[in-house]
Amino acid sequence: MLAYILRRTLYAIPILIGVNLITFALFFVVNTPDDMARMQLGAKRVTQAEIERWKAAHGYDKPLLWNARAAGSEKLAQTVFFQKSVRLFAFDFGASEDGRNIAAEIRTRMWPSLALAIPVFLVGLALNISFALAMAFFRATYLDFWGVVLCVVMMSISTLFYIIAGQYLVAKLWDLVPISGYNSGLHAIKFLILPVAIGVASGVGAGSRWYRTLFLEEMGKDYVRTARAKGLSEAVVMFRHVLKNAMIPILTGVVVVIPLLFMGSLLMESFFGIPGLGSYTIDAIQSQDFAVVRSMVFIGSLLYILGLLLTDLSYTLVDPRVRLE
Amino acid sequence: MPFTPVILWTDSLLWLLVAATCAYLWLCARRPHLAAPWLRVARSGAAMVSLTLLAGYGAIGLADSLHFRVALPASAAAAARAYSPQTLSVLDLALSHLRRSEETTYSAPLATRLFTLEETRMPDGSLMREYPRLRHGGSGLAHEADWGVDVAWRVLAGLAGALLVWLPIGALLWPLRRRAPQVPWGAAYATLGAMLALAGPAFALSLAYHVLGTDKVGQDVLYLSLKSVRTSLVIGTLTTLVMLPLGAMLGVTAGYFKGWVDDLIQFLYTTLNSIPAVLLIAAFVLMMQVYIDGHPQLFPTTAQRADVRLLLLCVILGVTSWTSLARLLRGEALKLAELEYVQAAHALSVSHLRILTRHLLPNVAHIIIISLVLDFSGLVLAEVVLSYVGVGVDPSTLSFGTMINAARLEMAREPVVWWSLASAFSFLLVLVLAANLLADAVRDGFDPRVHV
Repeated sequence: MLAYILRRTLYAIPILIGVNLITFALFFVVNTPDDMARMQLGAKRVTQAEIERWKAAHGYDKPLLWNARAAGSEKLAQTVFFQKSVRLFAFDFGASEDGRNIAAEIRTRMWPSLALAIPVFLVGLALNISFALAMAFFRATYLDFWGVVLCVVMMSISTLFYIIAGQYLVAKLWDLVPISGYNSGLHAIKFLILPVAIGVASGVGAGSRWYRTLFLEEMGKDYVRTARAKGLSEAVVMFRHVLKNAMIPILTGVVVVIPLLFMGSLLMESFFGIPGLGSYTIDAIQSQDFAVVRSMVFIGSLLYILGLLLTDLSYTLVDPRVRLE
Repeated sequence: MPFTPVILWTDSLLWLLVAATCAYLWLCARRPHLAAPWLRVARSGAAMVSLTLLAGYGAIGLADSLHFRVALPASAAAAARAYSPQTLSVLDLALSHLRRSEETTYSAPLATRLFTLEETRMPDGSLMREYPRLRHGGSGLAHEADWGVDVAWRVLAGLAGALLVWLPIGALLWPLRRRAPQVPWGAAYATLGAMLALAGPAFALSLAYHVLGTDKVGQDVLYLSLKSVRTSLVIGTLTTLVMLPLGAMLGVTAGYFKGWVDDLIQFLYTTLNSIPAVLLIAAFVLMMQVYIDGHPQLFPTTAQRADVRLLLLCVILGVTSWTSLARLLRGEALKLAELEYVQAAHALSVSHLRILTRHLLPNVAHIIIISLVLDFSGLVLAEVVLSYVGVGVDPSTLSFGTMINAARLEMAREPVVWWSLASAFSFLLVLVLAANLLADAVRDGFDPRVHV
């Protein structure tokens, strides 16, 4: 087991290097630092001297991959690639283009993100499973049919519409919660109720439809027939046997997103003014702050790889038949 | 010639796709084993309804994909004929009464007056605050009190026109019904009737009113919604042109050759997958924007610049979304490569390329078709989100994303401006819903596990 985890962790390293190379190529080779400086300085007619000053201030004035003028190992270290990309591996994110420490920003912004993402995840999962179980229980009836229709309609609606309509109805028209904003501690609850509800609602269509098919697949198996043949009531069959076994694909399927909850939700946070990592990312994209985007890409891929590892491990935990070799 | 055709990149690719689809359908009609799954799809009522709806959207989108520039009135000074810098499409031509009838700002659906108070100077010199009359909306009315009667008459005329179109089509469907009685033609015909019943009155009303109101700069919202259809269709279909070759080739190759080829391809798609999709797309789009801004000489008109940006967005979405298809196909190819007919082909020393194209690809075609149809709705919805983040289509391109994005501020107004959001929402919902229903039917029809 330990050897497996170790091997998978080592396997993550080439992937992270690959991610790093892709982002490096995108951010520095396709566009030279000169282009970046021109975009950041904004004006159409910036002088070359201004560009040089901006590059020096942000550390982009070094050669990209190989510094011929430096001595010894500094030949590799004193380059944009080493300074900006390799140092991410040591979680040294440096400063954003407006001069603030990215690591410190991430540390303060992760809490609001988690405060929104974890309730959405847990409530959503519970609700999806209950709806799916209800539809599977009443399978081949009108309840099931209209439930599936409702699911398809709900998953055909853009998330953006859920947010705009929800914000208008609940916050503006009925005046139940503040339209947007955030507060620390327990005061955050009144700001979080609406985003959590909308986050759950926008995912319930696709989620419960998917789980319904998992339940139905499970109900076609032999052990269910055996359970019915023993004379067990349909409720016992559903809750004691089918639910437990269907939880295997459900849980192993959601494990991969658990680490990514940390990244926050781009849309929800920016609409509701929650100062989390999602709104940080979206602000960085809109103000074209490449240092922040690079750091978030790195963290995102790290978390995804962690999610893959956790998925593999969860298979062994819930299903003793799976052996990792 | 009073106009010159303009062939945009997305136009030519879209028509190429139409031609390819026709060729595929022709092939299907001649090969019963290819036609069988499609006939199973056609037997579902939901599939016929959604196909009819999608055909309606497709007609709008394709009419909007024939572009040209109108000649300017000839002047004595210019020797060569000059063309207007504005690129128009056949759809623009058909809706020219909507395109030209601009108001100054917001007006509600079917309104005769503006939505906002404005100060007007009366003939006697005094200022008066009132809701001014619209230039186009209700301009034919002698008295505003006649509004109700006029609207009712136009609705009736529109319905009568729709009926005149609908009934002959029913006669055309009759022979089809006799040839393929198991297909629920009635569902398709009823859907067509519903579409016509909406389109007829809408057209009759649009001649004298803004059926869905006007937006902030006074453009007709119905016109904006119809123009947005093309953007959605382009994103949903052209992305597959990039995704399909990448996903199919790499996935099947990985599963067939195994070994280091498999490792390399797996590494490639795990790496691409591990970068958060929005960030990867944002990075690509930001880079692309710098390139477009840096090379203005390559794009002479706004339409061409916006079009290249739309096409590149499709390419980017394709590059970031081929991974799931590749993974599916790799798993299937791993299984297929062990089967007897592939082993037999090996024993007969058939080349790798021939095994891949003749034996493996046709046997994973159902997975490719299912995932293409399934991805369509996701891509259309993704455009909306990306446009909100600011990495979607060019701001000058009309799309549901830009409409919903603008609606954010309109919902915060007092009194609220709801019609832009409502129209974008309804057009988008029907499109995505139809695509989802069709995807379900296609999956049921093509899945070999269901029909052994």
